[in-house]
Amino acid sequence: MTQAELPLHTPPSQSQGHQHPEKWSWYHYFWYNTDHKVIGIQYLVTSFLFYLIAGVMALFMRAELSTPDVDLLSPELYNAFLTNHGTMMIFFWVVPAAIGGFGNYLIPLMIGAKDMAFPNLNAIAFWLNPPAGLLLMISLFFGGAQSGWTSYPPLSLITNNVGQSLWILAIVLVGSSSIMGSVNFLVTIFKMRVPDMTWDNLPLFCWAMVATSILALFSTPVLAAGLVLLLFDINFGTGFFRPEMGGNVVVYQHLFWFYSHPAVYLMILPIFGIMSEVIPTHVRKPIFGYKAIAYSSLAICIVGLFVWVHHMFTSGTPPWMRMFFTISTLIVAVPTGVKIFSWVATLWGGKIRYTSPLLFGVGLLAMFVFGGLSGVTLGTAPFDLHVHDTYYVVAHFHYVLFGGSVFGIYAAIYHWFPKITGRMYNETLGRIHFVLTFIGANLTFLPMHELGLKGMPRRIAMYDPQFTTINQICTYGSMLLGFSVLPFMVNMVWSWMKGQPAGRNPWRALTLEWQTTSPPAIENFDEDPILWAGPYDYGIDTQGAEEETVEEMLEEVKAEVS
Amino acid sequence: MTTIIDASKNGGKPVAHGESHGEHPDYRLFGLLIFLASESLMFGGLFASYLIYRASTTTWPPEGTEVELLLPAINTIILISSSFVIHQGDSAIKKNNVGGMRFWYVATALMGIVFLGGQVYEYLNLGYGLSTNVFSGCFYVMTGFHGLHVLVGVLLILGVVWRSRREGHYNESKHTGVEMAEIYWHFVDIIWIVLFALLYILTRL
Amino acid sequence: MAKEKETVPISLITLTLGIAVTGISFWYGQNNGLLPEQVSEQAPLVDDFFQVMVTIGTALFLLVEGAIVFIMIKFRRKKGDETDAPYVEGNLPLEIFWTAIPAFIVIGLGIYSVDVYSQMGGFDAIGSGIAHNHSHHSVEIASLPGSEANLLMAEGDNREYGMGATPVEGKLPPDLTVNVTGIQYAWLFNYPDTGIVAGELHVPVGKDVQLSIEAQDVIHSFWLPQFRIKQDAIPGEKTLLRFVATQTGHYPVVCAELCGAYHGAMRTEVIVHNQEEYNQWVAENQIAAVPDLNKAVAVQQERSDGAFLEPFVEQMGVNEHTVTALQHLH
Repeated sequence: MTQAELPLHTPPSQSQGHQHPEKWSWYHYFWYNTDHKVIGIQYLVTSFLFYLIAGVMALFMRAELSTPDVDLLSPELYNAFLTNHGTMMIFFWVVPAAIGGFGNYLIPLMIGAKDMAFPNLNAIAFWLNPPAGLLLMISLFFGGAQSGWTSYPPLSLITNNVGQSLWILAIVLVGSSSIMGSVNFLVTIFKMRVPDMTWDNLPLFCWAMVATSILALFSTPVLAAGLVLLLFDINFGTGFFRPEMGGNVVVYQHLFWFYSHPAVYLMILPIFGIMSEVIPTHVRKPIFGYKAIAYSSLAICIVGLFVWVHHMFTSGTPPWMRMFFTISTLIVAVPTGVKIFSWVATLWGGKIRYTSPLLFGVGLLAMFVFGGLSGVTLGTAPFDLHVHDTYYVVAHFHYVLFGGSVFGIYAAIYHWFPKITGRMYNETLGRIHFVLTFIGANLTFLPMHELGLKGMPRRIAMYDPQFTTINQICTYGSMLLGFSVLPFMVNMVWSWMKGQPAGRNPWRALTLEWQTTSPPAIENFDEDPILWAGPYDYGIDTQGAEEETVEEMLEEVKAEVS
Repeated sequence: MTTIIDASKNGGKPVAHGESHGEHPDYRLFGLLIFLASESLMFGGLFASYLIYRASTTTWPPEGTEVELLLPAINTIILISSSFVIHQGDSAIKKNNVGGMRFWYVATALMGIVFLGGQVYEYLNLGYGLSTNVFSGCFYVMTGFHGLHVLVGVLLILGVVWRSRREGHYNESKHTGVEMAEIYWHFVDIIWIVLFALLYILTRL
Repeated sequence: MAKEKETVPISLITLTLGIAVTGISFWYGQNNGLLPEQVSEQAPLVDDFFQVMVTIGTALFLLVEGAIVFIMIKFRRKKGDETDAPYVEGNLPLEIFWTAIPAFIVIGLGIYSVDVYSQMGGFDAIGSGIAHNHSHHSVEIASLPGSEANLLMAEGDNREYGMGATPVEGKLPPDLTVNVTGIQYAWLFNYPDTGIVAGELHVPVGKDVQLSIEAQDVIHSFWLPQFRIKQDAIPGEKTLLRFVATQTGHYPVVCAELCGAYHGAMRTEVIVHNQEEYNQWVAENQIAAVPDLNKAVAVQQERSDGAFLEPFVEQMGVNEHTVTALQHLH
């Protein structure tokens, strides 16, 4: 039973009096443009460039760590790389790609809207990113910020003030961009759904974006406040975080982590949404437990606002705080577990197609389970006292952020590539890419757990020689990981130019974005989309009924026209 | 018309996404409210930090950085009453009285400017600066940041007044811009009340 | 699911798998060999807790990953099959089950972690009060420029975070108090009872030692991996670590919080002596002890970054050449 595109072939109406060209030319993608699809692509491409830059930094760091001595990079440069690797991967790759890129591209299409609620605000939000990236690149010429992506004072107050100030400005810019984007997402999802789309048949990606946006709105401003105070301390002589002036360094940590723990969920919630779209489509089976998945996003969002002190268990925190935040952190595991089990149950009994998006989705599941389990151990204060600020933490967050977020972004790119470009990607290259990435990621990050448990702290360029062998394994893994990007890039570029035309709906998926042409027309839908099935209603034998509805609708249309 | 299908399925209910770019009056209010909720968290971060500093210091404010009360109290009265003044303007436009709206809005803007002037006067006469100690830092950053919001509010109000010179730009059914300026102004006002309590009342207890 | 295998009932397979998973999990929980040796009284508490978590984690890992692998093989699409899978939307009892089980596990772990934390002495973090007299010297060393600052910090001095007396030790004063100061990039140990200042920590085995930790310039973190305890050294705020070493030997002291370019070189040793050795060490060093502590700190601070590395040359396995190269770079 095929559930492909609608048999409606009414000619696209062009009678709306818009001054848009019929199709964007290449140069439209390089300038201010209010089309959410253009903005989405702009986010994806720019963020991918930062992914490559930050990845090269990681390769340099791993190369440095292949020997215990300082030989390749100076310790200052090493610290600049670790700071900017973290900053770029978080603020310039995962957040803009998952939220800015796919959020913008998909939300209006999925809910059947022509664009976002505030297209200009949307474009401005994107255009805050390139200057922010530029500031960060300029800061590197001044030696770069060197106090870690956390930038704890007093270290951040005394090392490389120019680099640090530029870093703060860059983060404040992307933070503003993120707030603007979130306002837009919320208003769009709340107000612009096609009339029949209730909250019960909203695609789960949109649900995830609601949770993401709420989280971004409530946490980002607090980071901005903390960073502004830091900027004042560095440049205007205030002493908020200078103990010798009566300041308190732990206040910064609270302000920072109040945002930056939720930031972890900002990076994973949209990915959870992507998972819920990719898996059902490629196993031809409805999502298992729609409501549980939808509401667990909100649960993660709410609980996620009250766990930040688990990053500060070894800092100046009183015992009650350590215990309270241990419990609240552990609770996050419950809604996260619900999602994981639901996806496994979705896979169960499906007809699994070994396509690249599905492979990355399942790879994500495999990696995230592991990262989640190590996360539970880290959430308990007594154990965290041992492993805090060690490679165990590094291993954990790379499992959830590389194995989770980056795998999810890859899955999303492959899944929506036909929609975005109108062409199919090369499946063989995609599978090679998956295998290399999966092996590379595990080879790089799995041994790091042992390093941390055995006593190697993070953020060091020189280490105890007893850890050499394990570090070398990690370095080889990182080289494989670096190499794994090549088949991906070849695939993307080649397929975008020469790939097989994809048609409207190569996956025979049911969400609305697949009802329009690939790539979609400038205002998305030739004719307004019709919600004729739930987003995941695979496997319902409704073909007869559907044809009836479609015919009925056609008749109604004819009646209206005549 | 592209909304045929929707209309037929929907009993002719107006379809929001049939409108063109940027003309979503109802969305703008909703967007502004979300934005202000977010913005208040930024002040929330500053307020929380201030309270932590206050709790961990014996004399607050430290000697030599006391605040005076009279001028800020007058300023507060001006700012709070301006919220009622701007509401008069909103009521006027709802009765299609553009002239009345302009009068009340200009009055609000003037009150805002007087408030800012008072702030600047206070800054010049306090006798200590941004970097004297943590309290003075908090004081200047918090009031300065709020002052920036007042300034933006005044500009918004003047923008509304400027736009209203065109006949029919605002009327009883179409006045989202007017309402947005008013909501923003109330927000600035509420933040000030908290600030006043923190900086001028809590320092005396 | 197992229609074709009518000879082996499904319950038997489940039972076998269950036993296997349980067995492997318990075995791995006990024998993972991931943690270094245990040298403090807190270490076995933490390690037992870790073992429990590893056991549960291994079981969950095997079940979920096993399910994923099984599904990927079993339910792959047959060639040419373009149809959809059967329509299964959810299963409420199952969903309640897998919400409740993790909830029980994490609540259990939460309670267990509170208990471990309490036994480690975490709830006595405000200090036993006796520490204050001892740590008075160090306040002077660390006193930061500006008299106003001291005034401001007057109240802050009473707050101490970290690990205090365990419930067993109760209100007893520690046997030995050491003031620890973190500076870029070294740890200084100051024994207020004897006036000794040392670059590595010497403690007697089996004695209740309390460290009063502070930092002079930036945040450091005092980590004893073999003791399973860590506490940040925070400028302007004092923190505590109290422990009983259970085994003699040399163990690393590591700075775990990024504190600058040579953060990786900020390492020293904790040397756990038996009582006689310790007494001997005290006797030898008391004579040589520098009475003016301020001078000691000043000397330390005047040294360049490269000079800081020199004491660590052997430990770090860096050779003379690297150190010179570093000095040059700096």
